[in-house]
Amino acid sequence: MTSTLPPPENPNATRAHISQRTFRTDRWWLGPLLTALGLAVFLVYATARVFQQDHYWVAEHHYLTPFYSPCLAAQCEPGSAIFGTLPWEFPWFIPYAIVSMPFLLLFRFTCYYYRKAYYRSIWQAPTACAVREPHARYTGESRFPMLGQNLHRYFFYAAFLIALINTYDAFAALLFGGENGGVGIGVGNLILFTNVVLLWCYTLSCHSCRHVFGGRLKSFGSNPVRYWMWTQISRINPWHMTFAWVTLGTLMLTDLYVALVASGVITDLRIFN
Amino acid sequence: MTTKRTFRVWRGSGEGELVHYEVEVNEGEVVLDVLHRLQATQVPDLAVRWNCKAGKCGSCSVEINGRPRLSCMTRMSTFEPEEPITITPMRTFPVIRDLVCDVSFNYQKAREIPSFTPDPGTEPGDFRMAQADVERSQEFRKCIECFLCQNVCHVIRDHEENKEHFSGPRYLIRVTELEMHPEDTADRRTISQEEFGLGYCNITKCCTEVCPEHIKITDNGLIPLKERVADRKYDPLVWLGSKIGLRKGADTPIAPNTRKPSSAPEQ
Repeated sequence: MTSTLPPPENPNATRAHISQRTFRTDRWWLGPLLTALGLAVFLVYATARVFQQDHYWVAEHHYLTPFYSPCLAAQCEPGSAIFGTLPWEFPWFIPYAIVSMPFLLLFRFTCYYYRKAYYRSIWQAPTACAVREPHARYTGESRFPMLGQNLHRYFFYAAFLIALINTYDAFAALLFGGENGGVGIGVGNLILFTNVVLLWCYTLSCHSCRHVFGGRLKSFGSNPVRYWMWTQISRINPWHMTFAWVTLGTLMLTDLYVALVASGVITDLRIFN
Repeated sequence: MTTKRTFRVWRGSGEGELVHYEVEVNEGEVVLDVLHRLQATQVPDLAVRWNCKAGKCGSCSVEINGRPRLSCMTRMSTFEPEEPITITPMRTFPVIRDLVCDVSFNYQKAREIPSFTPDPGTEPGDFRMAQADVERSQEFRKCIECFLCQNVCHVIRDHEENKEHFSGPRYLIRVTELEMHPEDTADRRTISQEEFGLGYCNITKCCTEVCPEHIKITDNGLIPLKERVADRKYDPLVWLGSKIGLRKGADTPIAPNTRKPSSAPEQ
């Protein structure tokens, strides 16, 4: 690098003293506002459903909502617990899917996209680009507890395993959800499969996944298979934000559909039984 | 078509003020054209830094209606017809005069980065890199050093006290580029966090939004570097290995260009 002479000392030079928070004239507050509303809707819905402990399983068609998978409480309905149940009944404040819910929540909480979303819309650091943030001091992710954001990859590993369970649920509904426990296809199956495919898209487009599969390499040239995997993940990685939002929607829709069928409000339309 | 437009331009040093001007604007012009007309017709002492007028030299960085932009690449047609246009210097750096900032902070940070550290046993001309490895770091070489990313980064823009501990996105991608280089032997992960302040970055992507070269600073530079730091500093197995002494000599957090070659042939 070409070296440069040290700059002449000019102790009097200061930044422009501008009192306005920003001179931006566009609606810079709209994005953070919609983000906060979107996250709030999901949190309220998911909290209500997870603690409802009802209407999560359609025995007739083998539909299990992703919010209760895998179901582990002793009071899980027969057939809904693919790994069997624990010997204890869960009180109202423990989700039936206690082994998956915290990890999925932490996977999304530490996700590089969601971090951007809530740092901007909730923590206001910054609310929008070139808009002064309201905090007196800032240390970012350099100190405890924010150092915990570096654990994202471990939650990715957990989310990967949970996506496998969701995939099993979708296939189980297809293979055992027809008449007399045979193959059957209904609208619920299409919804479960769409949800699972999109969950895989979100999970595999994760930045940690991209790093683990090939990004960590010093040389691509000597690792052609991992380079190929990194290339494929890099193709979907720019859509990570889109998948993050779409899967919030599909998770709610899938759960709502299963809840409505399980509670008898609607009947599942069958295409093939 | 010629129209008169209202410009509010920062005049003076850090203690300056916004001054209103009515300036002629012609069809097809960019903001820098109008600033030059203002200079030629009304305020000959207006200080504006510029050079190529093609978005490649990175000199004319200012804030236009609050958004960090290159004035030579901002078309007047992107504004509403009656919209006044506010032009201020970059907020993160000290103002020398009018729209010209002292950006020496950036050169200081550039000097702090350990340079490319090849294996001393490798002779010039012996390097062989796969095209994929070349392309990976080539993206970061597109940087024109306009310092818009440094300016918009809230870590130092809103908290001047962090300047000492944070190098900013431009220099963190320089570190990433070297860390990804197959022939670079220095381990830059520890110093990325401890010296260059990678942990301050909360990946809100403003640097990527303002980059005139469309470098994916966050997705391809800062996040991969954060993941590499996590490999080294926040992996429980690495931590355990360090604690019980299994990783002695496994890393090179020492000063650059001093590492003994591990694969050099014996002399």
